[in-house]
Amino acid sequence: MPHRKEPGSIGLVKRKFFTFCEPPHEMALEGGGRLGPITLAYETYGRLNKDRSNALLILHALSGDSHAAGKYSPDDPKPGWWDNMIGPGKGFDTEKYFVICSNVVGGCQGSTGPASLNPATGKEYGLSFPIITITDMVRSQAHLIDHLGIERLFAVVGGSMGGMQALQWAVSYPDRVVASIPIATTAKHSPQQIAFNQVGRAAIMADPHFNDGDYYGKEIPKDGLALARMVGHITYLSDDSMSEKFGRRLRGKKTFGYSFNLDFEVESYLRYKGDAFVNRFDANSYLYITKAIDYYDLTLPSGSLVKALEKVKSKFLVISFKSDWLYPPYQSKEIVKALMVNGVDVTYCEIDSRYGHDAFLLDEGEMSKILRNFLENVASRNGIAGPAVGT
Amino acid sequence: MTQGTRIDHSVILDLIPQGAKVLDLGCGDGSLLAKLVHQKGTTGRGIEISEDGVRACIAKGLTVLQGDIDEGLRDYPDRSFDYVILNQTIQVAKKPDVVLSEMLRVGKKGVVGIPNFAYWRMRLYLLVYGRMPKTEFLPYDWYDTPNIHFCSILDFEAYCAKKAYTIEKKIFLSTDRGGRVLQGVRPNLFSESAVFLLSQRQT
Repeated sequence: MPHRKEPGSIGLVKRKFFTFCEPPHEMALEGGGRLGPITLAYETYGRLNKDRSNALLILHALSGDSHAAGKYSPDDPKPGWWDNMIGPGKGFDTEKYFVICSNVVGGCQGSTGPASLNPATGKEYGLSFPIITITDMVRSQAHLIDHLGIERLFAVVGGSMGGMQALQWAVSYPDRVVASIPIATTAKHSPQQIAFNQVGRAAIMADPHFNDGDYYGKEIPKDGLALARMVGHITYLSDDSMSEKFGRRLRGKKTFGYSFNLDFEVESYLRYKGDAFVNRFDANSYLYITKAIDYYDLTLPSGSLVKALEKVKSKFLVISFKSDWLYPPYQSKEIVKALMVNGVDVTYCEIDSRYGHDAFLLDEGEMSKILRNFLENVASRNGIAGPAVGT
Repeated sequence: MTQGTRIDHSVILDLIPQGAKVLDLGCGDGSLLAKLVHQKGTTGRGIEISEDGVRACIAKGLTVLQGDIDEGLRDYPDRSFDYVILNQTIQVAKKPDVVLSEMLRVGKKGVVGIPNFAYWRMRLYLLVYGRMPKTEFLPYDWYDTPNIHFCSILDFEAYCAKKAYTIEKKIFLSTDRGGRVLQGVRPNLFSESAVFLLSQRQT
């Protein structure tokens, strides 16, 4: 095996924008609405090869964005959300692959969403923004991929909601995806998953500042959004990981306060996560995106996942985590079974992690090595070369 | 199992025709499956319960599902593989009878490699020491062994007869002196393991 450099950082990156469906065009959405123009914020890392066949599309989860790797400036405190996986020599090796990540439509990190100005009214969309679905997200990404001059993606990869998109890509565009890697996800959102999302939405809508979604330029429903995030965050962890991270430790005190102020570290951690989220996320986007996730049911309309995956041509790597109780391994196994019955070349790995749903963002069980090995083999079997060395 | 050439692997490679569609149950680190794919051009799939094994298979570029062979075959359609291999795995299955009948349902033919518990060294060990036999090949103690369903070659043949499985070929192996195929008499006494090629009459 050739000597490998130490995995490194992709360095400084820039967010770019692509706008499509400009008047008179509009995108007809799955839920019946229409939207246009649509802007997608995206970032790319690495370089395309000569035949434009080494592009890897990263798909983010509920609260993610296009900033998957690198930093915007040298003194950025934090790199992108999947920086541990993306870069030279990492799981998604930017020396070999051209990595793309875009913010979903309906999002609030540069792509068109409820906080964007509606050109028809000159005001923010708010709740007049049309309902979007996972399929709509994927269709809008296909516009971006067209724009980048890429006929066929080498791989589509994502965890959680990103995994739904990875699945949907293989279903909506069977000829445009060589390999699909859905991680910690499901083909059909379960009642428990819907229930947690509904608690989040109810918290936002119950906030006195929600004002039917019309809060832009005014006081925002930050308590509701923070609460939604707190509930969400609990579902991303596990009993084990919370015990390990916080135990019953008290925050800044030695004895109980015997009051309703924050005593425990886990309480202040959740509070901190909630408050931090409010500064970077739009409450309406939270409503729209969680709803898109809840509507996700690949088995529709036939009721059969086997039938839904009939036309898939991609090779698959499905990954789940043993301690993930939000997207439990059985949901991944259902995807694997249905692919298997269709004769799809599918590999399944259930990683023995203790970190719950969040494990997909960490590098548990040497996930980056699994991804790198899998991708290398698919690339060599399909004759996909890296970009030319040099300029 | 002695490492190196793996006489059982070469025997199984000889049984599988070029380009066959193969499922390897309990494929471990994928070393047999990799040989089948690379030397025999088979379309290979593996099922393996351990994460380490699955990772090793992925590193070899193999298609593998992490799962339990006791429940893993249910969803495969009838006769979806030319060959289903169960090599040195039957003794760890919770329900070997179910695994055997399932493998002969999803595969047109089955290849089963078993350790022979009636091997003379085992008999001698039990006779002389009065304790559960331990060998290089089966190094576990009774309380920590993953091997819960041992049988002898005669037991296995009797079971096949009872279930009306056809034994198309049987190859007896000794792992003495680096491993070789035994041609002589009394295989149930002298072979440490055996490989059977099975099929089931279509009804």
